[in-house]
Amino acid sequence: MEVQMNNKNVKIRLENITKTFGKVIANSNVSFDIYEGEILSLLGENGSGKTTLMNMLSGIYYPDSGKIYVDGEHVNIASPRDAYNYHIGMIHQHFKLVDVFTSLENIVLGIKDKKMAKAKYAREKVKEICDKYGFIIDLNKHVYEMSVSEKQTLEIIKVLYRGADILILDEPTAVLTPSEINTLFAILKNMRNDGKSIIIITHKLNEVMEISNRVAVLRKGEYIGTVSTSETDEKKLTEMMVGQKIELNINRSLPNNPKPRLIVEHLTAKNKYGLNSIEDISFTANTGEILGIAGISGSGQREILESIAGLVKLETGTITYITPKTHEEVNLRNKTPMQIRELGVRLSFVPEDRLGMGLVGNMDITDNMMLRSYQKGKPIFVDRHTPEELANKTIQDLEVVTPSVHTAVRKLSGGNVQKVLVGREIASSPKVLMAAYPVRGLDINSSYTIYNLLNKQKERGAAVIFVGEDLDVLLALSDRILVIGEGKVRGIVDARTTTKEEVGLLMTHSNINKEGE
Amino acid sequence: MKTIEKEPLFHVIKRSDVSIGKSFLFRAIAIILGLIFACLVLLVITGANPFVVIQQLFAGCFGTPRRFWTMFRKLSLLLLVGLALIPAFKMKFWNLGGNGQILMGALTTACCMHFLGNEGFPNWAIILIMIPSSILVSVIWAVIPAIFKAFFNTNESLFTLMLNYVAEGIVAVFLSGIFKSPTGSIGIISTGHLPAIGSSSFVGRNDLLSIIVAFVLLGIVFAYLRYAKHGYELEVVGESQNTARYIGINVKGVVIRTMVLSGVICGIVGILLAGSINHSISTATPENMGFTAIMVAWLAKFNPLSMVATAFIITFFSRGMAQVQKYYEITNDSATYIFLGIIYFFIIGVEFFISYRVVFKDCKFIRWCNKVNKSISKAFAPVGVFFTNLKNKIIKVFVKEGK
Repeated sequence: MEVQMNNKNVKIRLENITKTFGKVIANSNVSFDIYEGEILSLLGENGSGKTTLMNMLSGIYYPDSGKIYVDGEHVNIASPRDAYNYHIGMIHQHFKLVDVFTSLENIVLGIKDKKMAKAKYAREKVKEICDKYGFIIDLNKHVYEMSVSEKQTLEIIKVLYRGADILILDEPTAVLTPSEINTLFAILKNMRNDGKSIIIITHKLNEVMEISNRVAVLRKGEYIGTVSTSETDEKKLTEMMVGQKIELNINRSLPNNPKPRLIVEHLTAKNKYGLNSIEDISFTANTGEILGIAGISGSGQREILESIAGLVKLETGTITYITPKTHEEVNLRNKTPMQIRELGVRLSFVPEDRLGMGLVGNMDITDNMMLRSYQKGKPIFVDRHTPEELANKTIQDLEVVTPSVHTAVRKLSGGNVQKVLVGREIASSPKVLMAAYPVRGLDINSSYTIYNLLNKQKERGAAVIFVGEDLDVLLALSDRILVIGEGKVRGIVDARTTTKEEVGLLMTHSNINKEGE
Repeated sequence: MKTIEKEPLFHVIKRSDVSIGKSFLFRAIAIILGLIFACLVLLVITGANPFVVIQQLFAGCFGTPRRFWTMFRKLSLLLLVGLALIPAFKMKFWNLGGNGQILMGALTTACCMHFLGNEGFPNWAIILIMIPSSILVSVIWAVIPAIFKAFFNTNESLFTLMLNYVAEGIVAVFLSGIFKSPTGSIGIISTGHLPAIGSSSFVGRNDLLSIIVAFVLLGIVFAYLRYAKHGYELEVVGESQNTARYIGINVKGVVIRTMVLSGVICGIVGILLAGSINHSISTATPENMGFTAIMVAWLAKFNPLSMVATAFIITFFSRGMAQVQKYYEITNDSATYIFLGIIYFFIIGVEFFISYRVVFKDCKFIRWCNKVNKSISKAFAPVGVFFTNLKNKIIKVFVKEGK
């Protein structure tokens, strides 16, 4: 945040940009400037229109009305190619790379200029870019062999190679580990000092404070304002973002008389390529306790939960459920979800893929509530009456915003979709509740609603297993944290005494074996 | 570097909620435009007077009681085939093998009629044997691709499609090798006819059975899809196999079970065609309904009740054109195909404009168009209100009855 601010050359000016999707107003009269040589954070909750706005800059959408100026010139950006011509490059949240191509092939892919498309020229040019900003990349490596952070580096180089002066990064840190984030930020600062304009879309306030010169805030598609990072703090930004003061704390109570409820031993499962997706996973989930699972995304979190839920075929291992009161041990291994339910095991599962697994997007709330219970009641015909009551109750209790119980869940916002799913899963008063990334994509208010619901289940005496990605939240919500990496258990730590750094280290380094239990 | 200054001529925006009234208005306009355009094309290629063509279209379907009952029977059969397809389609199982499934059922019926009749079985006995055996054969024909889909994840479209040709081949073998018919048709089989309904003076007596069966099955399939657990399960499987697995639905079982249902209905169509209508069999017996019904099902968005309307529209134009051809003594079928093709194109094409809006860049011509558009909308506003009211009334009736 040095002297760059004096140099106020406007690079891009947005003027009254409006974009609607049917009745949904994604952006309404958004106007602001982006300067040369600055990092601007675009802050807003999910659904506030950040990505839509940036997609219009990068030529993916075309604004319904409004003007875009680049270097003071009114431009029409109708396609990504136009965007490149104006030196605008966007790094999407979901990378757009060809898996079977190497880095180099991905970099030159689609370039029409004969000289630029030559491998030899490209190699030299990419080396220049890497030296200048501090990237490390192997040009001969195939994309499918790359880690998430390598792919991201490749995306950034691809954009720079095409001559971008304006870089847009859509939630670049969501998939990175703490140390990778530091590397990325160092590179971004180098680029800024070189005079590039960088826009970062994010909703993590600490990162906003660390990296950006200025912050532009959007709320429900409307532009709220731009502030200098040096003149604001996280609290003020939250208020701008949400529009009201909110209390952000998680009340963590001490576990009440924890007893083992679910004992998992030596789980091993293979993925579709025949490699171990999880290897020798063992842990115990206790009653009245939240067990957090931390790890880089794709380290086997999903497979652990799915194998407990009966969706993954196991190579080895046992899953033992201890029935309350009778203390009878029930083996859940290689049982289908239906069989597990028939055994009387009250196991609820909030999967990561809400609309693809937990719910049916095109069905209404009632029909989705019915998923768990449609087999009950009269033969042949379904009973829609009871699920409708449950749907109404959930809408009321969890404050789901929906036109009616007959609205397709696909049409609800992310937070409301999740409330429907969690509402259904806790309706059966579960003894074990598993939740995978339950707040991903949710706004702050909805996130805290979900945290409170998990806490309530814990206080009720359920064994809660919570897979999270935000380490701060994991540390604040869980009682114990199971850290996994590459499908193996890296350690189990006490969430009350451990630190973010310790968990981060366990996640990334396999040689450290620390048992903090 | 080249800069692109020009605003694109138009861009496409997805519509969110189009009112029912408006979508009906769109469809009506499309049919009318299609009709006008098709008539003009027909005028150019055959010199047929458009007004006479339209009059003859109606005459072909409603001109005489005979024509009316034939149209009604054809509509019913098309509806039946549609009913066979939609449970599978809702499950995203693209059954293109309707023709083959019908043909196998019809062949079994014809065999029962021919051979059991030759053996001297009484009619009632032939009918009692031919109904279950024909349904069974159709079910087998429908279930083969379902089993392969469920256990080996083969592509069902290709599989069902190819089985059509296998079925045709089998019928050809029967005709030339077993029935020993050199003409490719065995002529009218005199035994095992399904009963005609009504007095002998009633012109629709041979059509009524198909019509009754179709509308009874319409009710059953509607209830099956809307209210039964099976219907709910197959919809979940169609929307997301992952969700189905997560909830513990036996996906393989549902796929096979649903195709059994398709097979049963196709078998019934085969029985009606061979036993009640044609009293004969040839490779062309299914009249390509296995494919036509796909359009009927899609246009009705897989809603059994709407399928009555879509089946009517398709039958109306094809029967009507047969009459036009007769009236103008056009012996070449191509003119009819062109005519129907144009109308189908409009009917299908309008669905794009119902889900998307095309926004043109601002210029004088477009502003003029918008003005015209507005005044037209104003003029047609009462129509929209009428349909919205109608929809509300219908919804009220259904809401009272449960869902």
